[in-house]
Amino acid sequence: MSRLLTIKDLKIEGYQEEKWNGIVHGVSLTLERGEVIGLIGESGAGKSTIGIASMGYARPGCRITGGSIEFDGMDLAQASDEELRKLRGVRIAYVAQSAAASFNPAHTLLQQFAETPVKHGVMTFAEAEVKAIELYRSLDLPNPESIGSRYPHQVSGGQLQRAMVAMAMSCDPDLIIFDEPTTALDVTTQIEVLSSIKNAIKQHNTAAIYITHDLAVVAQISDRIMVLRYGNEVETGLVGQIVQDPKEDYTRELLSVRNVRHDTMEHSDSDSTILEVKNISASYGNGVRVLNNVSTKVTKGMTVAVVGESGSGKSTMARVITGLLPPEEGEILFHGQPLSPSFKDRSLDLLQRIQMIYQMPDVALNPRQKVKDVIGRSVEFYTGLKGEYKKARVLELIEKIELSDSYLDRFPSELSGGEKQRVCIARALAAEPELIICDEVTSALDQLVAKEILTLLQDLQNELGMSYLFITHDLATVKAISDDIVVMYGGEVVEQGSKTEILTPPHHDYTDLLLSSVPEMDPNWLDGVLQHRLDLEARGVIIHT
Amino acid sequence: MNDFWKLLKSAPFAAKLGVFIILINVFAAIFAPVIAPYAETDVIGDMWDGGFWDENAPQHSPVSLLGTDHIGRDLFTRLIYGARNTIGIAFVTTLLSFGVGITAGFIAATLRGWVDQVLSRTVDVFMAIPTLIFALMILSVMGTSIPVLIVVIAILDATRVYRISRAVAMDIEVMEYVEVAKLRGEGLWWIIRHEILPNALAPLVAEFGLRFCFVFLFIAALSFLGLGLQPPTADWGSMVRENASGISYGIIVPLIPAAAIALLTVGVNLVVDWFLHKASGIREIK
Amino acid sequence: MDGLTLMILKRLAFGVVTLFVISLIISLGVELLPGDLAQAMLGQSATPETLAAFRKELGLDQPMYVRYLTWITGILQGDLGTSLASHRPVVDLLGGRLGNTIFLAAVSAAIAVPVAVILGMLAALYRESWFDKFISMTTLSTISFPEFFVGYILVLFLAVEFNVFPSIAKLNSRMDFFDQLYAISLPAITLTLVVIAHMMRMTRAAILNVMTSPYIEMATLKGMTRSRIIVKHAFPNALSPVINVIVLNLAYLVVGVVVVEVVFVYPGLGQLLVDSVSKRDLPVVQASVMIFASTYVLLNLTADVLAIISNPKLRHPK
Repeated sequence: MSRLLTIKDLKIEGYQEEKWNGIVHGVSLTLERGEVIGLIGESGAGKSTIGIASMGYARPGCRITGGSIEFDGMDLAQASDEELRKLRGVRIAYVAQSAAASFNPAHTLLQQFAETPVKHGVMTFAEAEVKAIELYRSLDLPNPESIGSRYPHQVSGGQLQRAMVAMAMSCDPDLIIFDEPTTALDVTTQIEVLSSIKNAIKQHNTAAIYITHDLAVVAQISDRIMVLRYGNEVETGLVGQIVQDPKEDYTRELLSVRNVRHDTMEHSDSDSTILEVKNISASYGNGVRVLNNVSTKVTKGMTVAVVGESGSGKSTMARVITGLLPPEEGEILFHGQPLSPSFKDRSLDLLQRIQMIYQMPDVALNPRQKVKDVIGRSVEFYTGLKGEYKKARVLELIEKIELSDSYLDRFPSELSGGEKQRVCIARALAAEPELIICDEVTSALDQLVAKEILTLLQDLQNELGMSYLFITHDLATVKAISDDIVVMYGGEVVEQGSKTEILTPPHHDYTDLLLSSVPEMDPNWLDGVLQHRLDLEARGVIIHT
Repeated sequence: MNDFWKLLKSAPFAAKLGVFIILINVFAAIFAPVIAPYAETDVIGDMWDGGFWDENAPQHSPVSLLGTDHIGRDLFTRLIYGARNTIGIAFVTTLLSFGVGITAGFIAATLRGWVDQVLSRTVDVFMAIPTLIFALMILSVMGTSIPVLIVVIAILDATRVYRISRAVAMDIEVMEYVEVAKLRGEGLWWIIRHEILPNALAPLVAEFGLRFCFVFLFIAALSFLGLGLQPPTADWGSMVRENASGISYGIIVPLIPAAAIALLTVGVNLVVDWFLHKASGIREIK
Repeated sequence: MDGLTLMILKRLAFGVVTLFVISLIISLGVELLPGDLAQAMLGQSATPETLAAFRKELGLDQPMYVRYLTWITGILQGDLGTSLASHRPVVDLLGGRLGNTIFLAAVSAAIAVPVAVILGMLAALYRESWFDKFISMTTLSTISFPEFFVGYILVLFLAVEFNVFPSIAKLNSRMDFFDQLYAISLPAITLTLVVIAHMMRMTRAAILNVMTSPYIEMATLKGMTRSRIIVKHAFPNALSPVINVIVLNLAYLVVGVVVVEVVFVYPGLGQLLVDSVSKRDLPVVQASVMIFASTYVLLNLTADVLAIISNPKLRHPK
């Protein structure tokens, strides 16, 4: 049998700022029947663009300008619209990142499932329904017989993502393009979806292109991996080779992102507690408790990592501490003195001593203020420095965040994501705070950039001695940066203690689930963890999907 | 100023045309007494007498480009003074409406709570009443005078401005940089002035263009109905009305001020369109 | 009670409140005048006796709430008062004219709605084509044109130069339906042109908004034909915004009719309203304003309710 897909020297351009710019500069790849290739890279690598180009499709504002895409003997770059249409859905299918946006809100899951086979004349509606139930079942969806009659907004995110995989498999395609299908999911849900996808494509011997930014995820599911950067191939190889013996420095960097140097400090005497949260409960005014009886404390010069999945209440805790969301019960002590519940009632001195850094540097910086004004206002407001003194202080801060003075006159739109986050850090530092609350500060960044930011925060702490309350969903970050760990689930603290206590077995059951869900580079990890899950479930741990 | 020319050079033809139309009108409005060959109310001939299109027209001793109106005043002169009166009043009204609307909208968006509720519900009710009908009713009680006209239209229009500026400010207000400023301890005015206003400027400038068109057309319509500017003040809407009966004899005089109204509105719309297109940018490519 | 019913009831309640506030404003708007209405209307030279008599006729000697109650109960019972100018009952003045206005508006809407929606859809589907650009330029200009400009151009060409249609829209009871239709062709075309531009631009925007959603890309990548994508995937989601567009424009049409009636000397409610405003014939103004405003409010209310009902997420709650 011939090879399924051969892409040769593919070139794609995108229209931006009134001209065409190269996005993909001559990438070639091959795929055998039943084989899975992982495309991995950071944002701007062109992985998604290549993925959908293998269906002969370019998004509006993009165009394929060179090369060939040969699918089973047919060049998709030259094929007519009608030829492509007949191929799509039947022989090549697509799974998008956001199922919530990619399902049509006006039709039920089954209607959308059956549409492809019925309209392409592959089967009748009744046959499609049987097929749907079979696929829903093999993808571990609850109530496979009835879930098809639901509308997309009536189904949870993880289930919807699997329903979309089922939809892609409706006509037993030869090739499926998975475009970051688990990126938007929580880590414990991700496993479920990942293993469903893995089983389903193995069972049907479907070839796949799996696009993601997470090397550990792709290692579980692929036979081969292609590493991409700025629209060029970095290297391609079997999973084992890429993970254990990468040839290129870039791949090595991607592999090492999870290891940030950390200088753990010894806990000093107990009276150095600067912040204490006591029995806090809070809700967003609709009666639903988001935080329930939460207590924790932060010691001087230490990093407390608050970890949990979406809905765990970790970000709400940050809002309560900053005074943005006054709690319903409980109190917050700062150096033993109670803090006013609302930030509006706190003195400037207190506001100054607790600073916050946000997840999205894009929206945390005013696009109309230059870097020097962003940092300068904070300097002036808190320290009263003016003129030359203020200028000197801003310069000092910009050096602290390892940027040069040429950045002072730039607007945020002229900075990269990592640089923006550095400016946010400088703005917080300008207040000379004792505590910085970091709310998912690395989640929106590419992995290598995230690693640099974590290293910077670590260095700054060593130099200036402030404490961090580090809110994150990413256990790798927790392992890298924390001294103490607070594990949250459903608005409550499940477990807390020093890093060694929490990370060394025996774990609390939920902590165990969370820790075991973090993908590891080992290609056999997924099979191992699924067995581990069955054991956990047997012990009665609720795994929500 | 240099930036402006550079920007204009890169603009598409339609936008250049728009700018050109606006500049001509503004020029006519500002220098009306200098450009106009006659005084605003001078009678120089018979009714609907001699335009350039009329071959049999008697030649006036001083040249009359567009001929005369229904009582023999020079149409070209009336047109130029009309630019001054109509555009001037529309501009002042829009300014007033923006002053009121933006202030209220920003305050509602920043303070939220009951202030926002009270303002928004009031505006909801006002917006549920059609503007023209509402204006007619008030004018019937208060009588038509220029100050009444300006204040009434400005207040009615301010409800629309309130809606949009509140929405724009709300979008900005939820941004984390505003939260940062609040947590820093900045005051309300500082936040409006430094965080919200600079970011709201682009959409509001475009809105100003659209609202100006609306107010301008609205005043023209009221004048056309005989309820706006009163004679003998030259104004485009009234000029259409006064000369309307000529149309049945194939006299195009009423179409000239009407075309002037249409032309200026088209010009402003062209510029606004370009501005909106530039502001929205090209779709980000992943 | 589910969310859908609750939302609709909220809208209806808001509509009722709005109508109440409008009636308050209309009936008590007189208070806005600094000084006294009777004085303002009769001028400085009026004798105290005539003033007093006139005040009594206007009901100004009674407290505000009495005046409002008298007026609103009158309205609700179909008694709209007596015209100050002609001393005839307002109901008699309004009756036939209201019918004429409804006739004109209905004919215009019947032409404008299908044409605008179809053209708007085509422009959206063939985005950036010459057709779309032509449509977008034309509608941009038409929006900028005052109604009377469009009206008089039509008169000049279709009535004066080529004598296809009558320039003045006269109606009488001896005309049959088609004669009447013929008589109002110019005002109807004018209104249609003005409304179509707005409606088409808004329809285009609503459909484009849907067409750029990820689920449309998904349907394309499922190999669906273009026509199926439009009919099955875009249309159900565009329905709610498009219905909204239509009803909002009908509301706009109700107001636009005032100017058009004056242009064509059409014996409708708008013409009467304008005349009465210049004569300061308050009872007639109040009654006509109440009719226009209620129609406008009811149409907007319909738009809101239809938009809620046609939203699939609200129709199938969790």
